[in-house]
Amino acid sequence: MGNLEIKLKVDASGLSCPMPIVKAAQGIKTIGPGELMEVIATDPGSVKDFAAWAGSTGNALVESDSADGKYRFVVRHK
Amino acid sequence: MTAVATAPTPSAALASEGGVKTKKFVIIDYSGDLEKTWATTILTSTAAAMDMEVSVFVTFWGLQTFVKDKKRITGQNWMQKMMSFMQRPGASHRPLSKMNFMGMGPWMMFKLAKKYNVSKPKDLLEMSMALGVKFYPCQMTMDMFGLKREDMIDGMQEPVGAATALQLITEADGSLFI
Repeated sequence: MGNLEIKLKVDASGLSCPMPIVKAAQGIKTIGPGELMEVIATDPGSVKDFAAWAGSTGNALVESDSADGKYRFVVRHK
Repeated sequence: MTAVATAPTPSAALASEGGVKTKKFVIIDYSGDLEKTWATTILTSTAAAMDMEVSVFVTFWGLQTFVKDKKRITGQNWMQKMMSFMQRPGASHRPLSKMNFMGMGPWMMFKLAKKYNVSKPKDLLEMSMALGVKFYPCQMTMDMFGLKREDMIDGMQEPVGAATALQLITEADGSLFI
């Protein structure tokens, strides 16, 4: 992390399922192909959900990590 | 009553980008119960977010969810009016199938949802529509309950029948009866 240029940051902290995924879907539509979106969530279920969402939509989950109860996902628009 | 049927059918359609197949997902929204409407709207908004093509056939009590919240009485004759009086229509007035207790159950559910930041079915429904989910009202149920298009919320598809519902189900990659 650090050397990636994030085009869009989406804060889904505090939101329950399915809102982090819905926010991510709304966000990814606003950036161009190859650009990166970062999503911050606090819902533990979002770890598996983001992998499923990326797999289903064809967008690449570039990074997925967590710290202090926060989950961070970096997605590259397909 | 919740029967579940999943029919995996290979979807021929390819998404324009990435070569990922566009999956089709269908829900028959039958019950109109609060907790099941929650399940329906969570799944429709998520499926649309996952780039699936989502269609919902709205029938029987499910139609009550799609009557405008401010509508109190619907129907043309006294029996239809009586039915709507006994069961208040609207997405914000769904009863629980268990522990309804004259509306106390739903009141507590909404309190809990707010506390845990869970979106309400009405919001999830609006989000689903914004994400392109198609909601098809059942013409026969509308006739039987005396529901008019202007009683229903905006953004629904034209009313259809059982044949369209069956076509949607058999062509989908997954379908649920909720």
